[in-house]
Amino acid sequence: MRDVAIVAFAQTQHTDHDTGATEPELILPVINEVKERTGLKRFGFTCSGSCDYLAGAPFSFVSALDALAAWPPISESHVEMDGAWALYEAWVRLQHGDIDSALVYGFGKSSLGDLRTIMTIQLDPYYLAPLGLDLLSYAALQAGAVGADRKELDEIVRRSRADGRSNPYALDLPDPDDSEDSDGFAVQPLKKTDVPPITDGAAAIVLAAGDLARELCSNPAYIRGIAHRIEPHYLGMRDLALSASAADAARAAGVGKGPVEVAELHAQFPHEEIVLRRALELPGDTVINPSGGPLAANPVMATGLIRIGEAARRILDGDASRTVGHAAGGPCLQHNLVTVLEA
Amino acid sequence: MPSDPLVAQHVLEFPGGYTRTTGPVIGRFLSELRGRRIVGVRTKEGKVLVPPLEYDPATGEPVTGEYVEVGPAGTVTTWAWVAEPLENHPLDRPFAWALIKLDGADTALVHAVDAGNPKALAAGTRVWPAWSDHPTGHITDISHFVPEVTKIVSNVRSEYRLQAGGALRVFLEGIERGVFLGGRCESCAKVYVPYRMSCPECGSAIGETLELPDTGTITTFAINNLPDPRAPQVPFVSAYILVDNADVPMIALIGDVPAHEVRQGMRVKAVWVPESERTASMSNIRWFAPTGEPDVELS
Repeated sequence: MRDVAIVAFAQTQHTDHDTGATEPELILPVINEVKERTGLKRFGFTCSGSCDYLAGAPFSFVSALDALAAWPPISESHVEMDGAWALYEAWVRLQHGDIDSALVYGFGKSSLGDLRTIMTIQLDPYYLAPLGLDLLSYAALQAGAVGADRKELDEIVRRSRADGRSNPYALDLPDPDDSEDSDGFAVQPLKKTDVPPITDGAAAIVLAAGDLARELCSNPAYIRGIAHRIEPHYLGMRDLALSASAADAARAAGVGKGPVEVAELHAQFPHEEIVLRRALELPGDTVINPSGGPLAANPVMATGLIRIGEAARRILDGDASRTVGHAAGGPCLQHNLVTVLEA
Repeated sequence: MPSDPLVAQHVLEFPGGYTRTTGPVIGRFLSELRGRRIVGVRTKEGKVLVPPLEYDPATGEPVTGEYVEVGPAGTVTTWAWVAEPLENHPLDRPFAWALIKLDGADTALVHAVDAGNPKALAAGTRVWPAWSDHPTGHITDISHFVPEVTKIVSNVRSEYRLQAGGALRVFLEGIERGVFLGGRCESCAKVYVPYRMSCPECGSAIGETLELPDTGTITTFAINNLPDPRAPQVPFVSAYILVDNADVPMIALIGDVPAHEVRQGMRVKAVWVPESERTASMSNIRWFAPTGEPDVELS
């Protein structure tokens, strides 16, 4: 296994509204930022994650390549999912041994349509999508299955929003109002303040293998474990209170082989943090989502990549020596990717 | 900025819908739905998957060709309450999404439950399907589920024919004439109104009737908030009235006075219907109304 490290991470200052920037315009600054940080102008491999349904334009990810400098021809790939999976593909590509660098990015503008119903399209077309089961509804079904203490959920939202306010890239969301009664339900038992904010944004990461990692960066964040696992799509075939796939991915990535100083979890709803903390068996002294996490900024299709980037940043900045980045996809944490990063 | 000329609406749509083949397994399930039956498919390990999938998600093995009718009732395992339904939701009124383990199934079906309010649902609630009028082979052939019947409303109504004989007939004949008839017990000297044939205290027979005045004093009363066809309005007052010269109060309605002004000790007088309308019935007396005399001290 080759040593592969994250050597640069950049993200946009995410917005809760459409600024009018096209997708290439959204991506360009973060691509340029990681190019400047590493001094690299070309990469052995480029891989992106996005979802055309967010913009409602088929193959919109292709035009996003205009931000890259794609001539002479580059080696490029795309995943129709969070950029975290693009990072996984790039990591696999680097294991081939013939290239040493990769550019990974993820982007999404969820302000353009109604994200709640757009995400219905990801459901199976025979049993779930025709019912109109929407994002908040299936998340609420999972919240019901978890049955978490309301105070614990409120505290997660409060902590996430407070951390988000001190993160220059996340949104400034107010403390949730404790006095909210049943009028505050989005879909019971989810309160409106449990719902992640609509967010536009992008992020980019540069991976480097072998000696190149040290050449580009004084504190590379080495990927010491990376694994993803998936569960049945249909909600009724799983125990929604648990995440067997996150637990399996965490074991395969070796989360428990050492202390975890910081874990950035792709928990869009507070009950998902509880499920993931248990699945990853994170110790009580692990700092969870110091960036504010998806409850403070949720640029869909970049949110998972940002979790890995934020976990890496602690090591790049010299603040931590072992961190975990997690990304999720599909309804109710169906698909989970866990990355263990070390100095 | 809806007025911004550089903002446009954009719709992504497949005109006429997107045609999909179902394959044999999902096709069988949807065909059975059209016949208003719900089937699961058995896996090699013997579990019943509902709705059926081509492969066992636990093992990846193809499922067997054995289809098992399940339900139609099931048990809610998890639910979420939608107070404000979206346009493409199955119901246009508040409802629940639920995971429903149909009887005989090993996995749960996701569907909507029309339960009226969230308090009507819990893990363990039994539900039954409500079918759409014209099933076509679609998951929405089950319009939604409804909670199992756990209570019904029974109507009770019997008719009777009552006859006023004995003492009551004597009393009502007095009422028809516009007088209250009572009776005095010869042995204990108590005066009873309405008239009765025996003394409830000493058991002695009461003989002759005694005409009593139609004035009296309120000893106690109740303010009633449920409408009554005989009452002037809601709220109305029913009261015990100690008719003058009697020893036992009589119950009657109070009228011509706001309910909150009625008090113990208040002097009242019967309000009779006009002489031409009189019958041998208590409806001869509309109610008792205040006389305006000073209140009486009740002992």
